[in-house]
Amino acid sequence: MIYREAGDFKTTYAADNQTFPIKGDRFAYYLVLAFALGVMPFIINDYWANAIVIPFLIYTIAALGLNILIGYCGQLSLGTGAFMATGAYASFKFMTGFPELNIVIVVILSGFVTAGVGVAFGLPSLRIKGFYLAVATLAAQFFLIWLFTRAGWFYNYSPTGMITAPTRTVFGYAVTGPRASAVSMYLFCLFFLIAVAWLARNLTRGTLGRKWMAIRDMDIAAEIIGVNPLMAKLSAFAVSSFFIGIAGALLFAVYLGAVEAGEAFGIDKSFLVLFMVIIGGLGSILGSFLGAFFLIVGPVLLKLLLVNQLGWSSDLAAHFEIMIIGALIVVFLILEPHGLTALWRTIKDKLRLWPFPH
Amino acid sequence: MPDTMLFAMEAALNGLTAGVMYALVALGFVLIFKASGIFNFAQGVMALFAALTLVGLQSGQIPFAHLINAVFGTRVHHFGFTLPTLVAIAGTVVVMVAFAWLVERFIFRHLVNQEPIILFMATIGLAYFLEGLGDIMWGAEVKRLDVGIPQGMSGAVDELTFAWFGYGFYIDTLELWAALIAGILVISLVLFSQYTKQGRALRAVADDHQAALSVGISLRFIWVLVWSLAGIVALVAGMMWGAKSGVQFSLSLIALKALPVLILGGFTSIPGAIVGGLIIGVGEKLFDFFMQPIVGGATENWFAYMLALVFLLFRPQGLFGEKIIERV
Repeated sequence: MIYREAGDFKTTYAADNQTFPIKGDRFAYYLVLAFALGVMPFIINDYWANAIVIPFLIYTIAALGLNILIGYCGQLSLGTGAFMATGAYASFKFMTGFPELNIVIVVILSGFVTAGVGVAFGLPSLRIKGFYLAVATLAAQFFLIWLFTRAGWFYNYSPTGMITAPTRTVFGYAVTGPRASAVSMYLFCLFFLIAVAWLARNLTRGTLGRKWMAIRDMDIAAEIIGVNPLMAKLSAFAVSSFFIGIAGALLFAVYLGAVEAGEAFGIDKSFLVLFMVIIGGLGSILGSFLGAFFLIVGPVLLKLLLVNQLGWSSDLAAHFEIMIIGALIVVFLILEPHGLTALWRTIKDKLRLWPFPH
Repeated sequence: MPDTMLFAMEAALNGLTAGVMYALVALGFVLIFKASGIFNFAQGVMALFAALTLVGLQSGQIPFAHLINAVFGTRVHHFGFTLPTLVAIAGTVVVMVAFAWLVERFIFRHLVNQEPIILFMATIGLAYFLEGLGDIMWGAEVKRLDVGIPQGMSGAVDELTFAWFGYGFYIDTLELWAALIAGILVISLVLFSQYTKQGRALRAVADDHQAALSVGISLRFIWVLVWSLAGIVALVAGMMWGAKSGVQFSLSLIALKALPVLILGGFTSIPGAIVGGLIIGVGEKLFDFFMQPIVGGATENWFAYMLALVFLLFRPQGLFGEKIIERV
């Protein structure tokens, strides 16, 4: 009844090529956007911002980045944590080296630095693939983290080895540092998420995205029909690392405020983002959102249930949480290898016929 | 002979014994990969889980004690008796075989014909599940594992090298034992796969799934078998690492170290796993020894991966792996 493409006639190519061709989708999208921009800033409080909303926004950016690499281009990477660390440390160096630089520019520059590092570690992908590539990206993971904890230049020789974000403002409102309010942090991250999602959506349905998908589906065949594997793979690494670097910079500067590379950006972060991409759905923009939401909100709900309702000790709850996440991954892979997006697609197909399925 | 040379030799010897450990974990990977094409990321956690189970059985811990206490408000933790080591080891083997059967029955039977990458991710999920399960079952604190293997500096090696070079090498007796046990394990695995009926079936499956099926070999049985074997290898690896540095979470991280070992040796080769393990063990110790004054310590964290990365660029199939041929 509500969700229907019948009667929604397109009279121009532009209308036919728009991001959300179905009226119901478009409507839902504008509704979500209006809610995120118009309602959330007024109702958000510190607890929800810190526990759910801001990590969700940041990890969605990282998941979008990883999804481009794994879901669209088919290159398995386990180095996400290190690339986020690269973004974080780059933003720290920019913030302390050039104090007058605007924080928006700092975050974007950090993304570019990470893109460079990502391309460097993506070079082996031209010769190796699959598991072998995963191990090559593990080299990035361990080497970069080692570098950031050992070389004093990266953390300005601070005695604790930690990096701390100084206060920076946008339009006079602090977005980083201890004075930042929940609303300004939220809007700052939301701005980046919208920009990144818009970019990702339009890249993946354009020439570049089609080249990536051709490489993913069969790289030799893609090469034969004229896709340059060098450009396709390296551009996927660059774009993916760019997004992940932005996420790392935001995670450090806005959310955590002070980090130590080995602790905040270890291999478990790589796996967390990988799980978001798998659970959400490989090769889907919406999937990155759903996967990040699921893995950020799930543990919080589980903790609320086990610790606050049942009175379990928090370490027991933490172990239970890992167990459930692990089981969920397996269950998802067995029942729905295409993730939450596939579920959503099924729902949409049913909705089209509702209430008369025959 | 200059002192640096001697120190380097000592570092290399220590690396050799560490390499045996890596090789043990890598061996479990190779077994499963050969028989089912599954790249089992959970191998390290299996080692952890096996070691935890062994300690738990040995000391008569009640499984899930924390959970039971939290749900029913009781205060149970131990049965009050201890088991002899051999009985505990036998019990752990039973647990690992049961685990192998459960994994086949509930996970991989449903994932037949999926892409390798999906199977790989399933094993990552399995690793997380098993890690949580191990902690809930036996508690997360660091445990001491004593299986009756002597520890401490090996006097014989010390005296021998002192007589040769005038400088006694420090080698842990435990590591010599580990090397010996690993050797026995590898030889018995080779004998098993060469001379028994099941071993032949296993090699047939590794060679060609469909051909093996068509001559009447049960794929499911073979999968349970290799997962059990991998579980036993994991138990040995977990025992050795656990006796050396306590049973704790970091044990599962050796699985990550086994990845570059596999790259060097090739995914499908048992000798490759051993040679690769030794190369990585010696390489990282020597690199750390010579580079420490220049770049600072802890290069062991990444050296193995970098070595594998460089190696991959020249020989993508590993030292002993089969040549990769691709067709459209």
